[in-house]
Amino acid sequence: MDAAVAIEKLSKSFGGTRALDGLDLEVRVGEIHGLLGPNGAGKTTAIRVLLGLLRADSGVARLLGGDPWRDAERLHRRLAYVPGEVTLWPNLTGGEVIDLLGRLRGGLDKKRRAELLERFELDPTRKARAYSKGNRQKVALVAALSSDVELLLLDEPTAGLDPLKDAVFRECLVELRAQGRTALLSSHILSEVEALADRVTIIRDGRAVEVGSLVEMRHLARVTISADLAAAPDGLTTMPGVHDLRVTGAHVDFMVDPGSLDQVLVALTSVGVTSLTSQPPTLEELFLRHYGDESSTAHTERAATS
Amino acid sequence: MSSLAGTTALVRLALRRDRIILAAFIVILVVMVAASASATVKLYPDEASRVKTAAAVNGATSTLAMYGPIHDETSSGALATFKMGIMGAVAVAVLALFIVVRHTRSEEETGRLELLGATVVGRQAPLTAALLVAAGAGLVAGAGTALGSIAVGMPAAGSVLMGLGFACLGVAFAAVAGVTAQLVKSARTAAGLAGAVLGVAYLVRGIGDAAAASGLGWVSWLSPLGWWQQTRPYAGDRWWVLALLLGFAAVMSALAYVLAARRDFAAGLLPDRPGPATAAARLRSPLALAWRLQRAGFFAWAAVFVVIGLVVGGLAANVGSFLTSPQARDFITRLGGEQSIRDAFLAVELGFAGVFAAVYGVQAAMRLRSEETALRAEPLLATAVGRVKWAWSHLTIALVGSALLLVVVGVSAGLVSALQVGDSGQLGRLVVAALVQIPAVWVIIGIVVAAFGLAPRLVALGWVALIGFMLLGELGALFNLSRAVMDISPFAHVPRMPGGHLAAAPLLWLTAIAAGLIVIGLAGFRRRDVG
Repeated sequence: MDAAVAIEKLSKSFGGTRALDGLDLEVRVGEIHGLLGPNGAGKTTAIRVLLGLLRADSGVARLLGGDPWRDAERLHRRLAYVPGEVTLWPNLTGGEVIDLLGRLRGGLDKKRRAELLERFELDPTRKARAYSKGNRQKVALVAALSSDVELLLLDEPTAGLDPLKDAVFRECLVELRAQGRTALLSSHILSEVEALADRVTIIRDGRAVEVGSLVEMRHLARVTISADLAAAPDGLTTMPGVHDLRVTGAHVDFMVDPGSLDQVLVALTSVGVTSLTSQPPTLEELFLRHYGDESSTAHTERAATS
Repeated sequence: MSSLAGTTALVRLALRRDRIILAAFIVILVVMVAASASATVKLYPDEASRVKTAAAVNGATSTLAMYGPIHDETSSGALATFKMGIMGAVAVAVLALFIVVRHTRSEEETGRLELLGATVVGRQAPLTAALLVAAGAGLVAGAGTALGSIAVGMPAAGSVLMGLGFACLGVAFAAVAGVTAQLVKSARTAAGLAGAVLGVAYLVRGIGDAAAASGLGWVSWLSPLGWWQQTRPYAGDRWWVLALLLGFAAVMSALAYVLAARRDFAAGLLPDRPGPATAAARLRSPLALAWRLQRAGFFAWAAVFVVIGLVVGGLAANVGSFLTSPQARDFITRLGGEQSIRDAFLAVELGFAGVFAAVYGVQAAMRLRSEETALRAEPLLATAVGRVKWAWSHLTIALVGSALLLVVVGVSAGLVSALQVGDSGQLGRLVVAALVQIPAVWVIIGIVVAAFGLAPRLVALGWVALIGFMLLGELGALFNLSRAVMDISPFAHVPRMPGGHLAAAPLLWLTAIAAGLIVIGLAGFRRRDVG
C-alpha cells in the first residue's frame, strides 16, 4: 500500500518568504510520524498544503493515494485535523462544535465522543467564548479523535493542555495506532515526539534535514561517554571523532562519533576502565545538532504560518 | 498602579493601527461636505431660487424624514448642507462608535488586550484611550469640515458650529459605544447595539421632523441627532445646544466607566448560560451553521425593516396633506416617479430600503472573509465540505436574507398604506416595488463575492462600491454628472415603483451581472490559498 503522506520537493512561498523549500516527507501507513521543527520552520504550511488549503508552487504532494488539492473533499472524509490555533464560533457550545465537525466529516462515534469528553474532562455545554485556550484545544481534539478516520493531521495539538490532559492525549494516540491508524504529529515539543513517534522528520527552513526512526537517527549522532579509568588517559585528545573532552584526574567525559566508538573504546580499555556509562543522544541533542549551532532568531522569526 | 496607566501608549497604538483608515475617512468626509456645499451654492445663486428650493424641501415629508428641515429658507449655507450635514453627522457618529468598539471589546474578545493588560496598563486605560482617539478623530473631522466649508465660501460661524457639532456628536456616540462594549462579550454585538442606538436616534428625529406640522416637533428633541440638527448651523447658530450633546456624552462616559470597573476581564454584564451538550439534528451543513451564526442579526434587521415599512407606509398616506406649496409638489414629483405624489414618495423611500438591504447583504457576505481570517473556515474546509459549498453558506444568507428584508418592508409598508388609503391593491403594488430592488442589491453582494474570490484583502471594496453608488444617486444630479456616470450605480436602473413602468430588461440584466460576479468570485476562491 501507498504511504499515507508522500511529499516530494514541495515548495511554497508567501510573497518573498519561502515557507517550504523543497520539502520531502513520507508518512507510512500505521505509524505516528513526528514533524519536528521550531516555530516558522514550515510545519503548518506543509499540513495546510496536505489539507488542500494552500496550493504548492512546485513539487508533489500525495495524501492517502490522492491529490490533496483536487480530491480535497473526498480525502477529507478519511482524515481528521486538529489546528494549532483553535478558534471556535463564540456562541456555539463545545458539544455543538464537536457534533458539527463530526457530521461534516461523515459521522462520529457517539460512544467514543462521550468517553473522550470524560477523559479530557471537557464540559460540552459551555459556550465556546467561555473556553480557555486549553479547553478550545480539547474541543478540537475530541472532535478529531472521535471520528472514524484513517489519518490524523495534528498541528501542535497539545498547545495549552495541562500535563494530565497531555498524557490522556498520548494514550489516545497510542490506542489509535494500535488500531492501525496513521498520524502526522507536528510539534516542537521534543519529549512528546520522542514518546510517541515511530519516525521523525526534522524540518528547518522548509526543508527536511533529518529523517528516520529515533534508533536510526541515534546511529548518526554522538554518544556521550563518562568513564573512570585506571590512570589518566593518553592521546584521547588527538583521536579523531572525540569531542568536548573533559579530563578530571582519571575521570573522563566526552562525546564520540558513532564511527569512532570502537577505536575509542579500545583506547580506553588499554588504559583500564573501572566504570563506564554511555548515553545515546536524546532527541534534543539531535535537534540541537541542526538548530543549536547558530542563532536561530532569523529562522524562528519567519512566520510561515501566517 | 493607576487605573489609567498606559493610556498614552494605547492611544499611540490605536493611531498607529488606524492611521490610514482614519485619514482616508476624514479626508473623504471633508471633501464631500465642502464639495456638495460649493456645488449647491452654484446651483442656486440667487435668494429667490434658494427660498423656492428650501420651501420645497420643508414641504415634503420624505425629505423632512430623511434629512430634517431647513431652518432658514433664505440661508444659502443651510440649503447647501441640508443633506451632507446630517449624513456627515451620521458618518462621524459611526466612525466614533467603530473606533471605540474596535479598541475595547474587539481587543478583549481576540485576547490581544490580555497581552497588553499584563503590561503596565491600568484597568480603565483601554476605554480611556479609545474614547480619546474617537474624540480626537471627531475633532479633526469637525475642524476639517469647518475649514473646508469656510474655504468654499460658507459663513465662518456656521461652519465652525457645524464642525463642532460633528465633534460633539462623535464624542457622544463614542461614549454610547463605550457603554455597549461593557454590556456584551461580542464586539460585533457591541457595535450592533451602538449602531442600533444611532439608528433609533435617526428614526426618532425623522418622525419628529416629518410630523412637526402636526405638533410632534418635540419628538426630535428626544434624539442626540435631533440635538445636532437643532444647533441650526447657518440658520441661527444656536451654540448652547452643543451643551446637550456634551452632557449626554458625559453621562454615557460615566456610565461606561462605572460598568467597566464592575465587570471582570473579557466578561459581559450578562453571564453566559450553558447551552446544549449536543448539536441539534439540523446543524449538519455549512448553511445550517451560517444561519445559526447569522440568524440573530437577521431577525434584528427584519425588525428594523418592519418599522421602516410601517413608518414609510404611514407617512405616505399623509404626504399630500403636508404638501402645501406648488414648489413642494414639483420637487417631490421630480424626485420620484411621474404619477401621484404618494407613489413618488414611496418610490424614493423604497429605494432607500433597497440601499439598506444592500448594507445587510454586504455585511452578511463579508462574513465569508471574516470567518476565513478568524481561522474558522479552516476546520470546516478540512472536513468533507468543498470550498464552493462552504462559500454558498454565508452567500445564501446574504442573497436570501436581503431579499426577505425587502419582502418584509414591502409587506409592512403595503399593509399600512392599504389600510390608510382603503385600497387592498396597495399591498401588492408595494411588495412589487420592494422586490424590484433585489437585483441591484444582489449586484452589490456580487461585488463582495468577486473581491472575496479574486482579491480577498480588498473585500471592503463592497462597502466602497455601496457608498459610492449611494453618493452617485444622492449627489449625482447636484454635481451635474452625466447620465453615463450615474448609470454606473445598479440602483440607477431599478424601475421607479410604485407608479413607474415595471421594465423587465434592466432587472434581468442586473440579475445576470450579479450572477456573473458571483461565478467569478467563486471560481477565484476555488483557485486561491485559504487563510
